[in-house]
Amino acid sequence: MSAQITLNARNLTRRLGRREVIRNVSLQLKRGEVLGLLGQNGAGKSTTMQLLSGVLIPHAGQIEICGIDLKLHAKQAKSCIGYLPENPPLYRDMHVDDYLIYAAKLHRVPRSRIKEALSIAKNRCGLQDAGRKLIGTLSKGYQQRVGIAQAIIHQPDIVILDEPTVGLDPSQLRDIRALIRELGNSYSVILSTHLLGEVENICDRVEIMQRGQLIYGDTSVRMQSLGHQAGFVVTLKSPPDVTALYDVPGVINVEALSPTRFKILHKIEANTAEALLTLSARQGWQAQQLTPLQGNIEDAFVHITQTDQTKNNKT
Amino acid sequence: MILTIANKEFRSLFAAPSTWFILGALQFIFAWFFFVRLDAFQQVQSQSSQIANAPGVTQSVASPLLGTVAFILMMLIPIFTMRLVAEERRNLTLVMLLAAPISCREIIAGKFLGMLLFLSLIIGTCLIMVSTLALGTALDFGLLITDALGLFLLTASYVALGLYFSTLTAQPIVAASSTLAALFGLWLIDMAGSSANVALKALSPTIHFQNFNTGLLLSTDFAYFVLFCTLFLLLAIRRLHNTRIYG
Repeated sequence: MSAQITLNARNLTRRLGRREVIRNVSLQLKRGEVLGLLGQNGAGKSTTMQLLSGVLIPHAGQIEICGIDLKLHAKQAKSCIGYLPENPPLYRDMHVDDYLIYAAKLHRVPRSRIKEALSIAKNRCGLQDAGRKLIGTLSKGYQQRVGIAQAIIHQPDIVILDEPTVGLDPSQLRDIRALIRELGNSYSVILSTHLLGEVENICDRVEIMQRGQLIYGDTSVRMQSLGHQAGFVVTLKSPPDVTALYDVPGVINVEALSPTRFKILHKIEANTAEALLTLSARQGWQAQQLTPLQGNIEDAFVHITQTDQTKNNKT
Repeated sequence: MILTIANKEFRSLFAAPSTWFILGALQFIFAWFFFVRLDAFQQVQSQSSQIANAPGVTQSVASPLLGTVAFILMMLIPIFTMRLVAEERRNLTLVMLLAAPISCREIIAGKFLGMLLFLSLIIGTCLIMVSTLALGTALDFGLLITDALGLFLLTASYVALGLYFSTLTAQPIVAASSTLAALFGLWLIDMAGSSANVALKALSPTIHFQNFNTGLLLSTDFAYFVLFCTLFLLLAIRRLHNTRIYG
């Protein structure tokens, strides 16, 4: 059974004057999926997210949230969305609790359920002790958490986070990422970022934007394998001759890093690692350590955006 | 939903110390005017008691006092209304309202009501002060109520105008000064003297308030204030909606 599609955007276009800042963007999101929207600065990520959250109206195209048209039934559709803009929309002179209650009321959480929703959201975002604090006195990381709590307090089907990890220190970064990953289990999450490591860690799927268009979309695992060769580094205590390693099925290239360590590149579809290990056991090569070569998502990103650029230059 | 926003506006006003300061200062000014008027009335009372149909205490104390309140509010309201939308725009919190399942109509109505509620407090305290006269003498409550109604409608239209100017910019100060300029302009039309065109003079809110102030309840004045409010609220809604379209 395929998962329910919670967000469906078709051919979104938005103009700024005569210039099209978003061109023909189509997106689909399934329940329980974390989608990363990647792109350089000014690629149109934030604008796309504002369109999806209903803050801006697209000049052309259609957005459906859980099957409800965002333009025709804005109120119903918007109550299924939680949105955290690039700068968290916080009232600095409000208490965290008051602010979150206000956010809950704005999103039409029934009065009787507000208390419950408040404690769930606070638990999720680690804000249990911050309730009576003024938002303006909180650190940047906590403000970001309040921003996220604000976006999920009404338990929306879709959570849209615009650069949720900007300006956080490494430990806060880890917490927020864990939180987003957890959100991904129950909601659909779209997040935009230009930190590629983030995509590697938390996104199931990646869409890359450039100059207002989506130029690439795939699972993040497959994106990592793009533009680089599959392979691994293996340590063999009593290695055979290098030519013997070429006989392992799928091997393309063998490079001896040291007398006992070999970097082996192989065809993506071949199951070379397993074949090598069985062979090693049979021949007594004493295989000790096998480290797959990490697909570098940065390389993949540069590869994708540059091929697009050269394609554009040619046409 | 409208009430949620109104409540938020109302409360956030009281979170700022400056609001309390202004309220305190206002009460002092009102009390001062009240005292001066009352004193003046008492001095002429012995003479006016010999005239048939002399102006009563309501007419010579309450009405001028409320007239003064109207004038002070004209200068004060821009300072309160400037923050309504402009500050949300500047602090980027407006996005939260735009992303929430509420229409622009509800946002504007909520902000308008919240502010009006707050200003009604100022008017209310002033009325209570005037009503203390009832302890010593008979008050013309008909005149007082008409007066209060006029002041309330005048305040509402000032708020509507200020709210509209607040939606135009992201700088509260710009909103305040342009609102003040507009209100002053409307007041000057009234002050321009009898030579001015009657039709032009009809544009000024203060002219219509003067009728209420003298106890004259005219449906045209009433309609004027309602139309004035509606016009600027609609413009504000439109401006806010345009934010969604033009960014």
